[in-house]
Amino acid sequence: MSKILPFVLALAAASAPAVSAWAGPDIAHFTLGNGLEVVVVPDHRAPVVTHMIWYKVGAADETPGKSGLAHFLEHLMFKGTAQNPGNGFSQQIAAIGGQENAFTASDYTGFFQRVPREHLKEMMAFEADRITGLVLTNEVVRPELNVVLEEQNMRVANNPSTRLSEQMDAALYLNHPYGRPTIGWRPEIESLDRDDALAFYRRFYTPNNAIVVIAGDVTPEEIRADAEETYGKIVPRAEISPRRRPQEPPQEAPRTVTLADSRVEQPSVNRYYLAPSRTTAKPGESEALEVLAHVLGTGANSRLYRALVVDQGMALNAGAFYSGTALDYGKLGVYGSPTPGKTLHDVEAAIDTVLADVSEHGITADELDLAKNRLIADTVYAQDNQATLARWYGAALATGETVDMVRDWPEAIRAVSADAVREAARTWFNRRASVTGYLVNSLKSEEKHS
Amino acid sequence: MNMMVPALSRCILRGVAVAIVALPLYAAPALATTIERVVSPGGIEAWLVREPAIPMIAVDFAFVGGAVQDPAGKAGTANLVASLLDEGAGDLDSKTFHARLERKAIELGFQAERDTLRGMLRTLTENRDEAFEDLRLAVTAPRFDQTDVEIIRAQILSTLRRAATSPADIANLRWWQTAFADHPYGRPVDGTLESVPAIGVDDLKDYTRRVLARANLKVAVVGDIDAEAVKSMLDRVFGALPAQPELKPVATVSPQGLGRRIVIKLDVPQAVMAFGGPGIARKDPDFMAAYIVNHILGGGTFSSRLFREVREKRGLAYSVSDSLVWLDHSALFLGGTATRADRAGETLELIDKEIRRLAENGPTADELAKAKAYLNGAFALNLDTSSKIAALLVQLQCDGLGIDYFARRPEMINTVTLDDARRVAKRLLDGGLLVTVVGRPEGLASTSAD
Repeated sequence: MSKILPFVLALAAASAPAVSAWAGPDIAHFTLGNGLEVVVVPDHRAPVVTHMIWYKVGAADETPGKSGLAHFLEHLMFKGTAQNPGNGFSQQIAAIGGQENAFTASDYTGFFQRVPREHLKEMMAFEADRITGLVLTNEVVRPELNVVLEEQNMRVANNPSTRLSEQMDAALYLNHPYGRPTIGWRPEIESLDRDDALAFYRRFYTPNNAIVVIAGDVTPEEIRADAEETYGKIVPRAEISPRRRPQEPPQEAPRTVTLADSRVEQPSVNRYYLAPSRTTAKPGESEALEVLAHVLGTGANSRLYRALVVDQGMALNAGAFYSGTALDYGKLGVYGSPTPGKTLHDVEAAIDTVLADVSEHGITADELDLAKNRLIADTVYAQDNQATLARWYGAALATGETVDMVRDWPEAIRAVSADAVREAARTWFNRRASVTGYLVNSLKSEEKHS
Repeated sequence: MNMMVPALSRCILRGVAVAIVALPLYAAPALATTIERVVSPGGIEAWLVREPAIPMIAVDFAFVGGAVQDPAGKAGTANLVASLLDEGAGDLDSKTFHARLERKAIELGFQAERDTLRGMLRTLTENRDEAFEDLRLAVTAPRFDQTDVEIIRAQILSTLRRAATSPADIANLRWWQTAFADHPYGRPVDGTLESVPAIGVDDLKDYTRRVLARANLKVAVVGDIDAEAVKSMLDRVFGALPAQPELKPVATVSPQGLGRRIVIKLDVPQAVMAFGGPGIARKDPDFMAAYIVNHILGGGTFSSRLFREVREKRGLAYSVSDSLVWLDHSALFLGGTATRADRAGETLELIDKEIRRLAENGPTADELAKAKAYLNGAFALNLDTSSKIAALLVQLQCDGLGIDYFARRPEMINTVTLDDARRVAKRLLDGGLLVTVVGRPEGLASTSAD
């Protein structure tokens, strides 16, 4: 197998990459007659398989006033069907030494099992049955609502930085439902019931709104046959309309939010900028944002860490990120925490200086090469984990990307130019489309800082 | 917006997860994985699994002698060493060293645990020579430049300040302090706000000189590399280390404070608990029976007794689980949950009742059969990535279980009888619990004046 793709060779003439891209496995992708999509990611190193189903519905598809419903239904999907009542599915997974879990995000809801290969078809049958066969009684729904409320306590209410992040999202999106927390606003979670869950389930859980991703010791041929016999039998029960959510108007005013909690021992400043996602970006743009965020804020030699932590000694930590897997908007972020004696204002000003510099002068050729090598190497490291690959493909397809976009991502990264990175910085570090969040001990102490 | 909300993940309390030095990883028969014992000309041993399917190499290793070897009054020394080993070595200062790693996308990291100092290297096959050189420098010639020491020290202190108001961290810390008062296991691996400032560069150098040696080194290599190349790597990387470490003797202990309940007030919505007692040593003939009993109580799956009673039936918590923890000088079982403040007393009573019920009556024949099936089947899932295999092989060496452990394991599971399970349930669970509770639990108070 050639370890170097032809396009890399072509570009290598200009600057030899220190890291070769690697093709990875051959991905198969097909759609059943009922509209269910299937992706197969072969990995023959161990006799195990990761089986996932992704529904193209998430928190951003909820009706206003019902926040948390997508996530609540995800929990309730473990309550059994007419054919497999109670926790029969979970019992069977446990009996074969399998693992299972589920997750909800703004754009998708997913369920997975990791099992020895020979049990895959059985898992497919269980999961197919669960697409339309869920049975809910108040007896199981009510305790589960309490579980979700405790989850909200554990993840959010106990944790000041998560609470700040929720408030920042609510401020960043003026109109789009990404402003709502995936887990929901607590008063709205409290009011969810069985009827809400079933209505949501009937509207969105149908084979024509689902993607099955299977990674592991399998071949596309056997999967196609097994999928026809299991998933293929489920009749679509709902028309799925295009996912059009309210979009953001032109954003005109920078926002700031301050979260004060007496338990905050380490203040920090965080800023989110509205950015395009991989799905909505112009060609090359989201890849330029990946490189930008990497150069600015990943690792000990990144610009922000170098300037704030090492050279100026004013911050304990500083970094940047870009999250681009989303149907409607991506997010570009920067953050820093002051050393004792320095203020949030000092740190924010230093971050702004670094951002202004990169917007004006761009990045060096060396920084560009280093970032590309690292991002491309990450895709090789990811091949070590079939579950990681399955999540990549599932999340991408559930947010409007294609299999080709995922597979060709290393090429797109290799093609990023320094000019494109500077252009991305100039365009998307736009204060008017941003929110800055301060995590502080008390509102009084923050006044002193500003 | 891609905040993932796993619905059912049994999030172990962070601190508890850190405390578990050995994950429960077991072998099933007929695995594709073949382990090769490799001994270098210089006498250094490694366990190797060749896996040419992906062009990368994973090297994991451990020096026996972790945080237990911290000098008195200087808890956190091993942790500070681990955080600094990749901050410059030989003639290369921190910036230059990081740049070398980044240029070739080499991942290098170290971590202190109670009994070991662990290291991890990931490289693409094509960059392996440079990766091995970087690793050699890091373990044989770390710099500990004062500037880097102060940056990392400030970051650790910041983490400790944050942990000081995190309910899960407090519950866990207090549990270990109480169970292992006057023993190194009672000291936090990360150190304390008092001990970390007291650690000098001399302490770091002294720790490194005493602990990083060949006789207490365990190495695993997994990936695209053959035995000859591993042999030359072993001598090149580790050959210059002293033959023998200078380890202080550590007393064997049992957890203390059984029957005690300690309530620590904190203004959070939940009551976060850690509970546990004495366990069974890794090499004890009853270990496997204990592991099965623990699995039935609160390990593994969504069908454990604690999960069913606390979460599924009553919705008292999002997560509840417990694990066996085996250390070089002690053994315990330790669990955790986070529950509604107004029902904290009820939750703890329920957990206590389930533990006593299992201690008195043992598991049912059906539970035993299911637990065995689970443990036999689950093993393959621990061997599906190079990184997981490497970590497991180091753990098996640290536990002294022998290279044939995979082959012996199924029989060790299958020969556990119902009588064994009943006897060991009593032995494991009848000793009483030490419980720490953080929050504002209603109806719960400390059992002594804490």
